[in-house]
Amino acid sequence: MNQFDIELKKGNFVTSECQHCKKIVWPPSNYCNNCLNSVRWRNVSLYGKIIEWSKKGNDIFCISEFESTIRIIGKLDVKNKIIGSGKSVKLSKCSMNDKCKFFFTLIE
Amino acid sequence: MKKVAVVGYGNTKFTKDELPIESLLLESTKQVFDTTKNLSQDLIDAVIVSTNDNSKYLGAVLSELSGIKPKISHTVEHLCSSGSSAIISGFSYIASGLVDTVLVTGADKIGNPGQILEWDKSRGEYNHPVYWASMFTKAHKRQFNTTDEELAIVSAKNHKQAIDNPNAYSHRAYTISEIMNSKNVTDDLRILDCSYSCSGSSSILLTSEENAKKFTSEPVWITGIGQKTNSASFTKNELTVLSSTITAANDAYKMAKITPQEIDTAEIHDAFSVCELMAVEDLSLTKKNTGASYVRNLFNTENRKINPRGGLIGAGHPLGATGIAQIIEITQQLQNKAGKRQLSNPEKGLIHNMSAAATSSTVLVLES
Repeated sequence: MNQFDIELKKGNFVTSECQHCKKIVWPPSNYCNNCLNSVRWRNVSLYGKIIEWSKKGNDIFCISEFESTIRIIGKLDVKNKIIGSGKSVKLSKCSMNDKCKFFFTLIE
Repeated sequence: MKKVAVVGYGNTKFTKDELPIESLLLESTKQVFDTTKNLSQDLIDAVIVSTNDNSKYLGAVLSELSGIKPKISHTVEHLCSSGSSAIISGFSYIASGLVDTVLVTGADKIGNPGQILEWDKSRGEYNHPVYWASMFTKAHKRQFNTTDEELAIVSAKNHKQAIDNPNAYSHRAYTISEIMNSKNVTDDLRILDCSYSCSGSSSILLTSEENAKKFTSEPVWITGIGQKTNSASFTKNELTVLSSTITAANDAYKMAKITPQEIDTAEIHDAFSVCELMAVEDLSLTKKNTGASYVRNLFNTENRKINPRGGLIGAGHPLGATGIAQIIEITQQLQNKAGKRQLSNPEKGLIHNMSAAATSSTVLVLES
């Protein structure tokens, strides 16, 4: 289990970032996939944008992008707003039990 | 580099049956022995198994079950394109001169674990392929104004073509309306726009030019190979272009010294309807943003050029067998042995396979 898993179990969304070339290493890994140096782990900005979305039953799911690099798929709460690609979201919750889970809220 | 030919093959029917993986592998292997002249166990130098099954040591197990004592045996796993990856391994062993004759056998069982890439945490709880397919479809609809009817035509065509494939999982034709009104998997995906993960096995025999005529009077040559891996995680993908397919296709065409316009028939990885619309464009079989009209024209004119055996949607998708079943279909077409599915004297064919939402793609060119 790497630091990503440990933090996600605590409800924290972190990424790996290369200590040498400063590249965000995503999906998370213990080494940089650009220069293979060691990474540090840091919190990800909670604010991102929708890349694409769809719906299954009453659940809306979407790909959201954070820091122009990190893309994850999660469940979206639209709070009666109009959904669309490019709209802003906030990561409202994340967890890891049997699966990783991400929850977003539409904020515009 | 030595020339490599397909000189024998065997297929099981693709079904819902829960059979042991070892039995599936042996079934299509036995057909190779039953239908290939002059073939005996001692002539096979390598046995390569492609599967996503969790059973171990299957290259050796299949060798023992079929009485082969090969120099080389092992298993290849590469999710949906395991079969075509195993073919590339077999090709390479022969082309390099390491061995002369290779048996490549692929199989998977219904419910096999190859549909889910557990490592890809960026997919969150939405790790089943229907979710990336929904994203592809939604993005395609927005960018190219693709309609549900255009998607349904892919499925209608491939189900119809599968009726003449005795090994296909589905032998039922569906109307466009039936497909459009089939169960919603998500708001952007109907159940009949999805291929079905099922049980099945396919085998081919590959050999060098020196040995080909011993086994068949009609060898089919693998003349082009392209394979490209861009990533493993889905979320790095572009959603409306199969960029790994573009690279793999260009490499395969270059190796075969042909243009896409020379391809007479192709088996394409239509795991979902939208994939066929994207693939015919990204393989350069038609221009960008003409995939839907291209497929509609094939359907309206009953032209079987694309996915003559019914593709994954019509024939079913036993992951480890799929790439091998694709190459068998194109081999049969080039030998004019495809029965009711036969096209008019094709000379050049192509197979396209991909894994994990086209994070990687494989393209092979075959010539008679």
